[in-house]
Amino acid sequence: MEPTQIIFLVTAIMMLSSAVMVVSSRHLVHAALWLIVTLFGAAVLFALLEATFIAVIQVVVYIGAIAIMFIFAVMLTRRELRDSADPWNKGWPVALALTAVVAVTLGSFLLKWDGLLKTSQPMAEGYDSVASLGTALISPDAFVLPFEVASVLLLAALLGSVYVAMNKK
Amino acid sequence: MIPISWYLFLSAALFSVGLFGVLVRKNAIAILLSVELMLNAVNINLVSFWRYGNTADMAGQVFSIIVFAVAAAEVAVGLSLVYSVYRRRNTVIADELDMMKW
Amino acid sequence: MNFWSDPINSVYESWLLAFTGWGLDATLSQVIIYILGILILITFAMVIDILLVWVERKVVARFQGRLGPNRIGPFGLFQPIPDVIKLIIKEDTTPANADKFVYNLAPVLSLASVLFLWAVVPLAVNIFGVDLNIALLYMIATGAFGTLSIIMAGWSSNNKYALLGAYRQVASMISFEIPMVVSLLIPAIITGTLSMKTITEYQVNNFWFFLVSPLGALLFLIAAIAELGRSPFDLNEGESEIVSGYHIEYSGMKFGLFYAGEMLHAFTFGGLLAVLFFGGWHGPFSSEFPLLGVLYFVAKAMFGYWIIMWIKYTVPRIRIDHMLLFNWKFLTPLAFALLIVTALVHPLLKDQPQWIYILGMFLSNLLLGWVTIEILRGRSAKERAAVEPVAAVGHH
Repeated sequence: MEPTQIIFLVTAIMMLSSAVMVVSSRHLVHAALWLIVTLFGAAVLFALLEATFIAVIQVVVYIGAIAIMFIFAVMLTRRELRDSADPWNKGWPVALALTAVVAVTLGSFLLKWDGLLKTSQPMAEGYDSVASLGTALISPDAFVLPFEVASVLLLAALLGSVYVAMNKK
Repeated sequence: MIPISWYLFLSAALFSVGLFGVLVRKNAIAILLSVELMLNAVNINLVSFWRYGNTADMAGQVFSIIVFAVAAAEVAVGLSLVYSVYRRRNTVIADELDMMKW
Repeated sequence: MNFWSDPINSVYESWLLAFTGWGLDATLSQVIIYILGILILITFAMVIDILLVWVERKVVARFQGRLGPNRIGPFGLFQPIPDVIKLIIKEDTTPANADKFVYNLAPVLSLASVLFLWAVVPLAVNIFGVDLNIALLYMIATGAFGTLSIIMAGWSSNNKYALLGAYRQVASMISFEIPMVVSLLIPAIITGTLSMKTITEYQVNNFWFFLVSPLGALLFLIAAIAELGRSPFDLNEGESEIVSGYHIEYSGMKFGLFYAGEMLHAFTFGGLLAVLFFGGWHGPFSSEFPLLGVLYFVAKAMFGYWIIMWIKYTVPRIRIDHMLLFNWKFLTPLAFALLIVTALVHPLLKDQPQWIYILGMFLSNLLLGWVTIEILRGRSAKERAAVEPVAAVGHH
């Protein structure tokens, strides 16, 4: 076993078990904290994939903003902080069957694909993926339009969420 | 060396767990938490395709950045909707919000 | 390889030789040496941290016209030792309904979030943890862990004052992050990189960024103080309102970890101010003798820390709505205006001689500051006229 493989396996087990905890935890704050563990695991995987910018953005956006927002929302709807009854609804066996079908379908499609055992090429010497990502995001013949649209989307979401959550007296 | 299949299977498993959560959780906030799991599974796929394909083509990373933006927007709007519903109906249990049901 | 010109690599090579001489595998001994290096860096930070306890107590005493600790050792220099002993032998209490695991994890995460920062700070020309090409973003990411630890502490203590303190702190941290990120972008625009090492080297070879962007340094300092939760932004503690906020329930060494984390955080922000705007380890002979560079770096960081302390012990606490309005209506627009001005002036003057560049950037900053003050003055005069018409008439 190589060190990277060990890191991957440990991270994967951590991510999957904490994802299960997110889905099954009765306590919503605990579920949010478990989600943070999963998200951090994803950041580790991004670092392992040498996408350093994405790894750091994952921590900034997900742990620094989204997870905190979840914890705030859980505390604002305080009556439901701890699910006293079953956290799952009555139809859970059907849902489990459906999920199993989706998982098996995904897995069988993956197994059919012939590029499955492809390994990564080492990065070219001196290649800076952060710089080329920045260039790609603002160059007119690459992704400047989606980037700008995303910023408009964020602005719309900002205004919309403030308007929806505001206490209109 | 890690083959790409490890990432893809992990992401598929994570997506399935998230899907299960969306289907079974009663609490609306918990449903949003599970949606985040699914979005992350997608991101892992996008970034691993970038790494295992042509690294000079930044489409994978750019797409995952767009996913970040969409996730942030979705959580902001979703949570404010949940909060607004909580103030009006005093519940965040999805099953109890049944005005549109027969 | 000379120890004085390249201490890290010479020590690394001699140790590697020693370890492999004992029959260890080359990769394994490399890993061991890396771990030892991390431990040494953390120990360096923590030893400074212990000293900071003394510095802080002595400085606050002088500001308040007292003597401060002066019994143990020369100038009370060994005062931190009994302080630490007291913290360790104190009873370690946990509230009955606390969430035990989260409660115990929070102080560790709080200190760790600060120690993470030291991985990317360049201490001298060739003494640094790692040269990350996204170091500035990494710095913001470690701040996310700090926010998380505070909300964990506040929530798991099961105490409403703790939760209120955590809410206040998180609200201020999230909002002041925006001017901080924008002020970080100014060195990034000038150098075209996010790596702290390259930013410092650029300043060594050209000029300190304080000269070209004094307003940026000021914005960074204000945002850093808010991020630290120090006075005048210490609403998270608010002794008279919420009895010291999110760490109200912590005692003994768990409180000690929060305390050490806060103090080291302030010092680290002093160091980051030095790295980003005051040339980092730059000083006479610092390139030839890296250990001298470490000394310069620590001195500059101490200076930044001293400014933070100076403000903390001079300015009273402000109200929370004032603080948030100050950020959203003043600091954030000003930061964006500064970013636009820098992004316009920098490419315009980039190819001119250096003194014209520095002068142009400095004057553009000054002009922006002056315009801001004039706008504020006009607004406040208008507000005053609206609120106090009677008093204004009374004077005549």
